Amino acid sequence: MAPKKNAKESANAAPVVAAPALAPVEPAPVVKPATTKPKASEASTPWDKVLINLYNHYIDETPQRTKLLDVFLVFLVAVGALQFLYCVLAGNYPFNAFLSGFGATVGQFVLTISLRIQTTEANKSEFPQVSPERSFADFIVCSLILHFFCINFIN
Amino acid sequence: MAVATQGASSGINSQNTRTLLRVSILFLIAAAAVASRLFSVIRFESIIHEFDPWFNFRATKYLVANGFYKFWDWFDDRTWHPLGRVTGGTLYPGLMVTSGVIYHALRALTVPVDIRNICVLLAPAFSGLTAYAAYLLTNEMTTSSSAGLLAAAFMGITPGYISRSVAGSYDNEAIAIFLLVFTFYLWIKALKLGSMLWGALCALFYGYMVASWGGYAFITCLLPLHAFVLIGMGRFSNRLYVSYTTWYALGTIASMQIPFVGFLPVKTSEHMPALGIFGLVQLVGLLQYVRSSMSAKQFQTFVITVLVGAVGIGLAGLVGLTSLGYIAPWSGRFYSLWDTGYAKIHIPIIASVSEHQPTAWPAFFFDLNMLIWLFPAGVYLLFQDLRDEHVFVVVYALFGSYFAGVMVRLMLTLTPIVCVSAAIAASQILDTYLSAKKPNLEEVTDAGATDAKPAKKSGLRVSSKPNVGIFTFVSKALVVGGMVVYLLMFVSHCTWVTSNAYSSPSVVLASRMPDGSQHIIDDYREAYQWLRQNTKEDAKIMSWWDYGYQIGGMADRPTLVDNNTWNNTHIATVGKAMSSSEEVSYPIMRQHEVDYVLVVFGGLLGYSGDDINKFLWMVRIAEGIWPEEVKERNFFTSRGEYRVDAEATDTMKNSLMYKMSYYNYHSLFPAGQTVDRVRGARLPDQGPVLNTIEEAYTTENWIIRIYKVKDLDNVGRDLAAAASFDRGQKKKASKKKGPRVLRVD
Repeated sequence: MAPKKNAKESANAAPVVAAPALAPVEPAPVVKPATTKPKASEASTPWDKVLINLYNHYIDETPQRTKLLDVFLVFLVAVGALQFLYCVLAGNYPFNAFLSGFGATVGQFVLTISLRIQTTEANKSEFPQVSPERSFADFIVCSLILHFFCINFIN
Repeated sequence: MAVATQGASSGINSQNTRTLLRVSILFLIAAAAVASRLFSVIRFESIIHEFDPWFNFRATKYLVANGFYKFWDWFDDRTWHPLGRVTGGTLYPGLMVTSGVIYHALRALTVPVDIRNICVLLAPAFSGLTAYAAYLLTNEMTTSSSAGLLAAAFMGITPGYISRSVAGSYDNEAIAIFLLVFTFYLWIKALKLGSMLWGALCALFYGYMVASWGGYAFITCLLPLHAFVLIGMGRFSNRLYVSYTTWYALGTIASMQIPFVGFLPVKTSEHMPALGIFGLVQLVGLLQYVRSSMSAKQFQTFVITVLVGAVGIGLAGLVGLTSLGYIAPWSGRFYSLWDTGYAKIHIPIIASVSEHQPTAWPAFFFDLNMLIWLFPAGVYLLFQDLRDEHVFVVVYALFGSYFAGVMVRLMLTLTPIVCVSAAIAASQILDTYLSAKKPNLEEVTDAGATDAKPAKKSGLRVSSKPNVGIFTFVSKALVVGGMVVYLLMFVSHCTWVTSNAYSSPSVVLASRMPDGSQHIIDDYREAYQWLRQNTKEDAKIMSWWDYGYQIGGMADRPTLVDNNTWNNTHIATVGKAMSSSEEVSYPIMRQHEVDYVLVVFGGLLGYSGDDINKFLWMVRIAEGIWPEEVKERNFFTSRGEYRVDAEATDTMKNSLMYKMSYYNYHSLFPAGQTVDRVRGARLPDQGPVLNTIEEAYTTENWIIRIYKVKDLDNVGRDLAAAASFDRGQKKKASKKKGPRVLRVD
């Protein structure tokens, strides 16, 4: 499971998060390795434009708080990738520990994304009953449950 | 009952009165659900039923006596002798922990209650909760206020669910069906609101479900399927993202807490759909996010690259890992869901269980009665206004119907959705025909005229529903009257089925005397009590696996195999011992330190669930491991008949099972009249001869016969010689045939 999940995640999570969040430091190297390569050889110009568009859009439209969340997401992806790398290189011996560590990062990642979705102004219409405060409280409760299970499972 | 009250309540407009009525109706439904499950307690006594519940009961007693941590680490050396069983790690602890908690809570409230009574009454108590969960689930589907109450009533009394939840049927399903329905309710709620909290609650109840029943895989597959269908219909939404990912992330970690499940969620193919959809949801979520920031053309290239890349990598990863052996392929039990003939060929032990057989179609009517024809109507009604939660019902209905057709026991998972959608159909009829208001003629014709045209253009549109009502009182009365008759028939059918088919404990049998009074046949408990009182504490009992749990629970003696069936080879060993001749069986029994052998024989009473009728399965299972030594063909006559009378094959007549069943049986009858009442066969006057075992006990109606395995002979003869010598001695003593015996010696 783990490799597959990771493959998908890096494919999708990276552009959302990594590209924009790294961007403020250095706008030029936003080109993503995995997803861009097959396309770049075929039609390079539109693909470049796509990423630049994406980046500009992100910088212009995203509020400060959401950017803060994104930094956390980048951190989670980095931790998850690190754990996975360790699992591949050094073996998965304490499999419990690996699963709970990896599960914690993935779970925290999706919970943070959920928080991000619910607090975004544009999605207000979809969540009529969820105020930002409510979604933050939900986020805390869910994270507590998640980490309780992870710590219980770690052995 | 619910319908009539609901009808009356629609006239009263006060909100409070309605709430009060609703609460009291729900309580009445719960009471009816509990009451209709008490037949068996009233008819017989407060006793645990059947086979598996006896193990659950024994485990619960262990939990209550030794505490949770001991229970968690329980190694049971009194089953599967000589292997033992890591019980704490190979069971679903939810049921036992639930009754343990209830027991301690009641004790804390100073209610002196026996753990047995909690176990017996747990299933009826939870059926009341299931009715309430069905009410909640239905209310999420429709705005009609009566549908939920109808669904609760249906759920409470439908035989399809009662079959697994009568008092005394202390099995995992007792609480699992409640958890199933309630998890689905929470899922729908989470999906509707897009709330993390509801998603987390759904995950928690999913975790509870995983702790309770192996059928949790149904949820594990159904929720992703629902999500997948929604994505396929172009209905991906952020609400779906939030609810699905929260459920999956928390639920998977929660399910891994159970030792018996452990790493399965990441290692077996049954759980892979959920993971795959998790990835897909991430991917679609990303696309959704990116879409807002680029032009359509660019978006298209982006979508294609990302989708093809990710799905390709995911599939390649799955195939690669499966072939490398990191992910277990589908298990045999799962294959048998797709190919009903699979189990019979490859895993006889699965096929040998009667509840794993394909369902016969009358069973649907028997278990669901009129719900089964209201069910498609309800699904159709949901199609008319196909919101996200309605898609769930449709998906569930399709899969539930398929699985219920494949395996008898999966009728149980179909029942909730049948109740929900049948209730929607029934309430639609009642709501339409019960309204006392006469529709205004002009309004209706106006609405009809304006609606008629767009309706023709787009027949599938929701808005094209013509807004008409029922005018004449006669048609109203006719339809409502018909419906009421059907509902009453349903109630009487449910009561009849429950009392006649599902309330027998099967440990105690009932029969009618000629004068109509009830006669209790209590051979099982007689035999187990005999074992408990007359054998050593650690005397090993060999029997076919069906009776393993009962022997462990009632007689408290170690067994070789039981209903856990985790070790096919060990079961096949017992099968081989039963189906071989004494010379082969005796060493096997000695090696396994068997002290007593127990067989079930229904020939005298006409009790058809006995071991001779199960015998072919023993032969088949043994043949699966030792195809050279046990051959099914040899048990059939040359004309292919399975016979037990004089024409039976030699293999059959020499098999230990045959000998044990019919040993001394002819002595009950006058010469030439020996009859086996189950198989309707006339048996030969000369009964089988036993050399290596001796009869120890036979119950009143001969249902259970217990044999003691003889020890090795004192003077080193083989047992056959010793036995024939003994017989010869007896003959000599009575009939003075000394010289012949001497010559034999």
